[in-house]
Amino acid sequence: MTLTVNDVKRIADLAYIEIDDKEAQDTLTQLTGIFNLIESMQAVDTASVEPMSHAQSVAQRLREDRVSETVERERYQSIAPQVEAGLYLVPQVIE
Amino acid sequence: MFNASLKQLSDQLAGKKISSTELTTEFLKRIKTLNPEYNAFITVNEDMSLAQARAADGMIAAGKASPLTGIPIAQKDIFCAKGWLTTCGSKMLSNFVSPYDAGVIERFNQAGAVNIGKTNMDEFAMGSSNETSYYGIVKNPWDIAAVPGGSSGGAACAVAARLAPAATGTDTGGSIRQPAALCGISGIKPTYGLVSRYGMIAFASSLDQGGPMAKSAEDLALLLNVMVGFDARDSTSLQRDAEDYARDLQKPLTGLRIGLPKEYFAEGMSGDVARALETALDEYRKLGAQTVEISLPNASLAIPVYYVLAPAEASSNLSRFDGVRYGYRAPSYTDLADMYRKSRAQGFGAEVKRRILIGTYVLSHGYYDAYYIKAQKLRRLIAQDFAQAYQQCDIIMGPTTPTVAFNLGEKSGDPIQMYLSDIYTSAANLTGMPAMSIPVGFGDKNRPIGLHIIGNYFKEAQMLNVAHQYQQVTGWHLQSPV
Repeated sequence: MTLTVNDVKRIADLAYIEIDDKEAQDTLTQLTGIFNLIESMQAVDTASVEPMSHAQSVAQRLREDRVSETVERERYQSIAPQVEAGLYLVPQVIE
Repeated sequence: MFNASLKQLSDQLAGKKISSTELTTEFLKRIKTLNPEYNAFITVNEDMSLAQARAADGMIAAGKASPLTGIPIAQKDIFCAKGWLTTCGSKMLSNFVSPYDAGVIERFNQAGAVNIGKTNMDEFAMGSSNETSYYGIVKNPWDIAAVPGGSSGGAACAVAARLAPAATGTDTGGSIRQPAALCGISGIKPTYGLVSRYGMIAFASSLDQGGPMAKSAEDLALLLNVMVGFDARDSTSLQRDAEDYARDLQKPLTGLRIGLPKEYFAEGMSGDVARALETALDEYRKLGAQTVEISLPNASLAIPVYYVLAPAEASSNLSRFDGVRYGYRAPSYTDLADMYRKSRAQGFGAEVKRRILIGTYVLSHGYYDAYYIKAQKLRRLIAQDFAQAYQQCDIIMGPTTPTVAFNLGEKSGDPIQMYLSDIYTSAANLTGMPAMSIPVGFGDKNRPIGLHIIGNYFKEAQMLNVAHQYQQVTGWHLQSPV
């Protein structure tokens, strides 16, 4: 597998991280090295192995459908970058 | 006082020989004197610590004390603590005063422990040297030219330099054990699911586990007794009966079978580490244990697998930092997408961005099976290796790190060399098994060496017993650089 600068820019775009040309070039060098390390995984045959997503195989717990938390909007919004009338403000998305 | 064990401090508090207010004041003074050199703490808040100390003195006077009541504990800055700046080592959270307590913080508060400050760490726990922190590097108190390890580098430094009697850490690929080894202290990552992840800022959720860092195994046992417990707010928290982790400390080790993976005692481990380990193993043989060679055939895959799974989970977890509800927002932007892109580009450091990009890539269309699913399959093979090994032994030992602490700046420009610092530790995160590090001597440049002890699931009490018995006949854990 060979990564290109365009791949790096595309990934950065998917991850919503602004990246300039120089950063993309530097990142390409580092990611190429890291993926060479990762590539050693491909040497092992895993055709009959089940993927393991968690250390403990436990089922998702269910709980009773009742109120367990109270709304503390003011306290939680006191640390927000921009709020108004109980709403989080972001740049306009719909014209 | 600074070298006292938690039990000694607890006895002095119970016997009214010292108050928590006095004890806390003494540690705050020591932090004030020594922290400018080490940078182990990001936040110290004397008023909040002393208020907790006074409350603890009230609990002691009212006869409501438990073993940790009134004892100052340094909290890693990854644990949200109400009213405390909680940065996770990042510019992204440089203005985040947590509105709530993590499950771990709640448990310490209920026990009457005192939060003595928030410790420095690699940004979002991504690093093995504490050099990725936005709040500056931490120095190794044994040699200020050396790294303290990471990501819980501030915690390890604080305990080693006796700036706090004990500390909390978190461990995703070795972040408790590696800094514990490099700073000459003891630290344990419990079985996955025992310590609540609620309010512990997420890095890789299937691997992250909180745990204690302290001077001795006995101290770790007392800390685990407080930290472990079910929390319904953590979806992977385990519901189990409470254990006393100190119950087996005094057991003799006669007949204990110690497994030594041949893959760990091989090329890669430096000579000084090998010699210290051999001396420690001789000590264990004198204590009545026997050593058996075992094999973990897929050991070399732990790092590649880890560097697929951990970044994958991180890229998903860190998508919450978008500059909308809390944290850093870029000062200028053109539209919503630009606000996200600029806030994240400016708020995250280079290593965090690198991991997000790796994770985004391995989860992206067309690569998911080749990387993410492949890594999960290998994760199972690694876990099966350990299950097999435990048929021949009770506990596994090896080096915590390949070398003693490296120099500041030595590996910070080379991510792969840095990643290989966790070559022995990350398997325990992939399998979810408990693992710890204890000091067993000094190597090159008189820097500390750690012994890695890996246990089977839920065998923490046995591991602490194994570590404690060694600490009864040796004095490495009693040494302090200051």
